[in-house]
Amino acid sequence: MTHQTEKRGAVSFRGIRKSFGAFTAIPDLNLEIAPGELVTLLGPSGCGKTTTLRMLAGLETPSAGQILIGGKDVTHLPPNRRDVAMVFQSYALFPHMSVLDNVAYGLESGGLKRGEARELADRGLALVGLEAMGHRLPAELSGGQQQRVAVARALVLEPQVLLLDEPLSNLDARLRRRVRTEIRELQQRLGFTAVYVTHDQDEALAVSDRVVVMREGIIEQSGTPRTLYEEPSSEFIADFIGEANVVPCTVDAVAAGRAQVTLGRLSLDLPARTAQIGPAKLSVRARAIRLVPVDAGEETGRVRSMSYLGDHLEYEIDSDIGALFAISTDHAEPLTPGQPVQLSFEQGGAVLIGG
Amino acid sequence: MNSANRSIDIALLLGFAGLLLVPWYHIRSGFFGFDWIGDMLSDPRLWPGLGQIADGRLQLLPVLLLLGFALWLRRSAPGPARGRLLLVLGAAGLGWMIAEGFAIGLRGWSLPLEPLLGAIEGQPAFGAGAVLALLSFSGLFAFGLAERGALRGDGFVLGAIVLLVLLVSAFVAYPILAMFAGAFQDFRGNFTTDGIAANILDPAIWSLGCLSGGGCGVAWRTLFLALCTATGSTLLGLVFALAATRTAMPFKKGLRLLTVLPIITPPFVIGLALTMVMGRAGFVTELLESLTGQELGRWIYGLPGIWIAQVLSFTPISFLVLIGVVEGVSPSMEEASQTLRANRWRTFRRVSLPLMAPGLANAFLIGFIESMADFGNPLILGGNGGVLSTEIFFAVVGAQHDPSRAAVLAIILLCFTLSAFLAQRFWLAGRNFATVSGKGDGGRHAELPLVLGGLVVGIAVLWSLFTLFIYGMILFGGFAKVWGLDHTLTLEHYARAFSVSLEHGFTGVAWNSFWTTMGIALAAAPLTAAVGLLTAWLIVRQRFPGKSVFEFSLMMSFAIPGTVIGISYVMAYNLPPLQMTGSALILIFCFVFRNMPVGVRGGVAAMSQIDSSLDEASLTLGANSARTLRRVILPLLKPAILAALVYSFVRAITSISAVIFLVSAKYNMATAYIVGLVENGEYGIAIAYSSALILVMITVIGGFQLLIGERRLRRRAEDGRKVHNIEAREISA
Repeated sequence: MTHQTEKRGAVSFRGIRKSFGAFTAIPDLNLEIAPGELVTLLGPSGCGKTTTLRMLAGLETPSAGQILIGGKDVTHLPPNRRDVAMVFQSYALFPHMSVLDNVAYGLESGGLKRGEARELADRGLALVGLEAMGHRLPAELSGGQQQRVAVARALVLEPQVLLLDEPLSNLDARLRRRVRTEIRELQQRLGFTAVYVTHDQDEALAVSDRVVVMREGIIEQSGTPRTLYEEPSSEFIADFIGEANVVPCTVDAVAAGRAQVTLGRLSLDLPARTAQIGPAKLSVRARAIRLVPVDAGEETGRVRSMSYLGDHLEYEIDSDIGALFAISTDHAEPLTPGQPVQLSFEQGGAVLIGG
Repeated sequence: MNSANRSIDIALLLGFAGLLLVPWYHIRSGFFGFDWIGDMLSDPRLWPGLGQIADGRLQLLPVLLLLGFALWLRRSAPGPARGRLLLVLGAAGLGWMIAEGFAIGLRGWSLPLEPLLGAIEGQPAFGAGAVLALLSFSGLFAFGLAERGALRGDGFVLGAIVLLVLLVSAFVAYPILAMFAGAFQDFRGNFTTDGIAANILDPAIWSLGCLSGGGCGVAWRTLFLALCTATGSTLLGLVFALAATRTAMPFKKGLRLLTVLPIITPPFVIGLALTMVMGRAGFVTELLESLTGQELGRWIYGLPGIWIAQVLSFTPISFLVLIGVVEGVSPSMEEASQTLRANRWRTFRRVSLPLMAPGLANAFLIGFIESMADFGNPLILGGNGGVLSTEIFFAVVGAQHDPSRAAVLAIILLCFTLSAFLAQRFWLAGRNFATVSGKGDGGRHAELPLVLGGLVVGIAVLWSLFTLFIYGMILFGGFAKVWGLDHTLTLEHYARAFSVSLEHGFTGVAWNSFWTTMGIALAAAPLTAAVGLLTAWLIVRQRFPGKSVFEFSLMMSFAIPGTVIGISYVMAYNLPPLQMTGSALILIFCFVFRNMPVGVRGGVAAMSQIDSSLDEASLTLGANSARTLRRVILPLLKPAILAALVYSFVRAITSISAVIFLVSAKYNMATAYIVGLVENGEYGIAIAYSSALILVMITVIGGFQLLIGERRLRRRAEDGRKVHNIEAREISA
């Protein structure tokens, strides 16, 4: 019994393959999720993140491999016999039932009497601050409220794992920020395991204990938000997470965990990570590029275009290390196209890509 | 794991009820009369399965043994091992019952097994008990599959699939096979190739004499007529669709009413009205004769008359198809063409028309199949030159009584319609350019070129007037004393048909068939809706191996003409193991499986509009598929369910082609009765009865529209999809 409770909320994907006809969406997926962890599956559309989530929910069956929830093999169990609950992108609130009936639905499916189910559902609604809305139909609520009903409907079942499929994509930007904080707070307070699918890297970084970046069905990198941002293992991650410029460079020497790197006319001293002597790739964050206007002849780059975006300026720079994309918050003196500039990087803004 | 045993309990309960409680065999007076209850003990023919075994019918012993074994299995633990045993057991039971049912007929062996196994006593057809046992075995088969983990152990879905496969095999595939077999039998049922040899190459069917001045075979005539009707109805349908969407024609909304006409009109009524107007005594004929001095006589009888009647009947269907196509052509395409310096005519010819071409081909094929399948109009207007559907009828009903010939003709007809269906399915699949995306496609359809527009409006107005005139005739004809001779207005026909008196109740001649029709249509409607929606649910929402085959064979069964269904039902259900001819049951089954397309199409359309994440949400919330269907899908489908109910009810009332083979003195249907009246020359009552039917159906459909209201239907459809987006937009605004 103690063994079971220990494992409650743990999730394992073991050697999972998923094919749709001749197309293999996921070739071989292995992933362990610890109890109480909030893991985000992040990636561009078509990367297999939603398929992974749906396999965990039981809405798709893997072509091969094993899925365990709480230490129990659920690979061939239908969704209704797994101890999970899901928040859908469209919320999937039943339009013909009141909010309270929606929340009570899962409890009644589990065999609770109508009265008890409604009582628990009321408590669930209170959890998300909608106790006064129980009698309404979903269509009579705002988008944010509907979203919270969907969360409450899933949470009242006290599932081992809560699954969230792009839960914020139907909300506008301001609401999105608030709701994602609410979800994270609820998860921390109640301590359930959560798997969260999104294609928005800000969202992923903001809510997760751990981010799993997927690409074409393969886990590209998995780690804390900070690891992913500061130590991208590949060009793809650097580009996807940090809007970084990836430029070729040469590692001249590695010593005591530091690497001497030549980049065009610049030379840099950076953490070596896994770098070896020879050609390598460098990720340079757009916000870490400093541009200083200089006279013609002294430049390492030249402004090609500038866009004004309110709180920041975006530049495209032609330089001897290639085209760069830079972001500057210095509004006072915008640089004009054609302006020769001297390039430099802020501390920590340039990282050697591992792998 | 209790639920696994519960479903097995239900299956076992059914099986043992069949063995112990109800008569095993078919009862001549009908099961639902329940007059067998009193005599059950005294009459061995009414004994349940166990009694029949005791009576020496050892062919039922395996049924008892298998069910007993299943009862014993129930006590062991559920799991893949038990599942496999149940699966084998169910299949064995089904297989054995089908085998013994076909092997032993009314008078002993019906297969040549006597030399091998010795003589055996005959047995009647399957009755209630046998049907329960069959259901029980298919249940055990499905739940066995579920326990083995098929479809992740979803017993409900597996049960539904097995049940539907069984029903479709028994009521669609089996009759068609029986009909093929019928082509190789003489009227005693012995195998012979005489019939097929004599008929398959019969010059009366295949002669091409008309090319050299003689008469052509019925197959070519039917084909020719179908091509002409398809052309006519497609062109007219296009004219109406264009008039309704791209001209400034007045009364455009009224045009939409046209689309209701084919639903409420029994198929032979147009033919009937035509004979009144243009028949020998019709006033148009008389007018023409007095104008030209020529003797026109019976010119309306034969292909020209059938053609006019069919074009009148099927133009509304073509209109319904084409209005979607014409509206579906994206206005931005036409606007783009106009900004590219093309005038209206060039835009129409080079952009609009080519975009509509696949839709036109579709409408053409529908017209072709409808014409081939039409029975009512040729029956009334055929005269001496019939078409395949009427020839089939006369081959079994008339003096010929040649079932083999009927089967051969039906096979030829089936080949024609199935080819057209396959052409539509494969050749046109994915070729429809006209798609309503609903997004970013504002703009207005280009108006037609001036001359074409005028022409279109002209034809549309004329043909509408003609249609109105014909329908006016139908209403008026019921009140004319003797049509063609004495046009004094009278209520006599209505009185004879629908008189009611206090002492004798419903004394009119029509009441009997009227109440039968209502009763059978009412019984068939919920079954049709249930089977149709269940099928639609499986097609839209479930994934299972063999689904595409299931879907395709189902779709193909939609292309079987009513006449072919009628003749195949007669041939299949006349003898054991399934004997239903002359009963109300055969009519109900015929309607259920003939009108299933209505339910399936409606269900598929409605279900595609319900976001599948609603089902998935229900499943992840712990509800099984049965509960999901009951609590989520069905409530959301309420309008679709009502629509399926109403339309299958109405179609059961108006149908004639299959029904005419299946009615009996006891269970006569309104349409068959009216056709009988026409054959006896009693046009007045026939027309009066037809108008009354049309009125009943207008009332039913009108009442239904009022009840649901089109606005609510539409809102419901949008609820699932759009609400969130709208709300989200409102918040951000």
